[in-house]
Amino acid sequence: MKIYSISREWRNQLHGIWMVFSLVVIILSPVILFGGLIYKSYVLMADQSLIDLLFSTKWQPLKGQFGFLPFIIGSLWVTILAIIIAGPICLLTSIHLTQYAKNYVLKIMHPVIDILAGIPSVIYGVWGILIIVPFISDYLGPLLGKQSTGYSILAGGLVLSIMIIPFILNILIEIFKTIPKELSEASLSLGATKWQTVKLVIVKKALPGIISAIGLGISRAFGETIAVLMVVGNVVKIPAGIFQPGYPLPALIANNYGEMLSIPMYDSALMFAALLLFIVVIVFNYFSRMLIMRYENI
Amino acid sequence: MKIFKSISNAAIKKAEEQIFRVLMLLSSLLILFALILLIISVFVKGLPALSWEMISQVPKGGFYFGKEGGILNAILGSAYLSLGAVLLAFIISLPVALFINIHIVQRKRLVNFVRFLLDLLWGVPSIVYGAFAFSIMIYMGWKTSLIAGIFTVSLFIIPIMVRGMDEVLKTVPRGLLETSLSLGSTKSETAYFVFFRQCTPGIITAVLLSFGRAIGDVASILFTTGYTDHLPTSLTQPTATLPLAIFFQLTSPIKEVQERAYASALILTFIVLIVSILSRVFSVKFKKNKISE
Repeated sequence: MKIYSISREWRNQLHGIWMVFSLVVIILSPVILFGGLIYKSYVLMADQSLIDLLFSTKWQPLKGQFGFLPFIIGSLWVTILAIIIAGPICLLTSIHLTQYAKNYVLKIMHPVIDILAGIPSVIYGVWGILIIVPFISDYLGPLLGKQSTGYSILAGGLVLSIMIIPFILNILIEIFKTIPKELSEASLSLGATKWQTVKLVIVKKALPGIISAIGLGISRAFGETIAVLMVVGNVVKIPAGIFQPGYPLPALIANNYGEMLSIPMYDSALMFAALLLFIVVIVFNYFSRMLIMRYENI
Repeated sequence: MKIFKSISNAAIKKAEEQIFRVLMLLSSLLILFALILLIISVFVKGLPALSWEMISQVPKGGFYFGKEGGILNAILGSAYLSLGAVLLAFIISLPVALFINIHIVQRKRLVNFVRFLLDLLWGVPSIVYGAFAFSIMIYMGWKTSLIAGIFTVSLFIIPIMVRGMDEVLKTVPRGLLETSLSLGSTKSETAYFVFFRQCTPGIITAVLLSFGRAIGDVASILFTTGYTDHLPTSLTQPTATLPLAIFFQLTSPIKEVQERAYASALILTFIVLIVSILSRVFSVKFKKNKISE
């Protein structure tokens, strides 16, 4: 009996140690990640000024010139386009699903959102090549009088918008669910119509949450790699319009990592690109999560 | 006159609501339509190229010029990789999820900090993990291998898994914790025999979701796992994976190879759909078992 109780205690201790160890691993991993990225990209940052790196358009790795502007602009284009398309659709759908929709609609839409969220990015890429790219080159381009191969910023933005819709939508639905029912009941009993209540009470109350959902969507879109890479064209040039090809930052890393060892400082430059991605994503995530925390604490 | 004005005002308001309701319906339908279009186009393109040979054989000579062979190497490779990564992530994730819900649940600020950190980590793009892991591998002089891929992918799915488990463990009422402790069980016994038992279906859902993420991700394994035509036999060898197989075959100029890419895409979609449905089943089961306060 005595031995058993000792072993129970001991087991408890052992579990405790393992739990703390795992927690420390998780807490340390972003620190190590950040430190490692800075350490690796320091070679490049010591060689060229940060302003040159961020705002120069000259990308000639063989001559040691690394201007990231085309890639930053490419990333911004694709991300902003995706948010412009996905944002309103998500907002409208989330209001529809939480305020108006009947039960059977919810029963259809929840699995649909789950499945969309679970589909791998490479499949979205395949789909983009099958549907979106021909659609742009054969229909949309000629219709608007633009010459395009289809592999363009627009294709990247469209594919990306479908990819981030389930992500933003899930957050929005959660946020609308936290709005107290009493608020809308009070508004309705004072004689406001359903739509007035939605517009002036619910959406107004949820506004910080909506902004943060969009922010999280931006950070998700900014780092998406493969699906965008497959349809965006990958030409190192500042795109002049959405029918032009572009070259976002994640695509730069993915396309060039194999040959980075043959050119001096190239690996450092690619790690700098990863560092940029990391910082942008963390900053957007940080502020969005801060806003969302306010809901969770109520 | 005033009456007329108020009537027209009301009409405008009514029209506004009608317009927005139509827009809402349209955007919901658009999402549904996007999913249907996606699945149909993958099936229509992939089904003709799909054959038993595709699933049951490894690439033979001339496979990349459209000759015979299959992608068994990639299917098995993906299975090993994601199972390994999920197992590794589980060993780290479950203790942490239990820890923040049982051992330190009273220290609100610490718990919130950990959750916040995990949410931040969740957002880090997988390409960053991939690039980081690759530069470590170069620094250490390691070659691309299955084990390197497993480590990278598990790093990337740990935040997803912990947060998923945390969300279900959070719902266990405090009373259960207090009862179990007051009956004399240790904290670890409470964790594994009460909380874990109670939440098993929900935890399975979290694990399945991260499995889905692990099997579909390309960016983190692009440089760490490598690619080979052989079946994976050891942890230290490079391994083919399904998403990479799709990616490589699609860039080929040869039509037969491209069609195989569509068939591979179909296989991957199929696996992910099954995982998705399974996780839904378990999450429904969890909701039935749930104890409410």
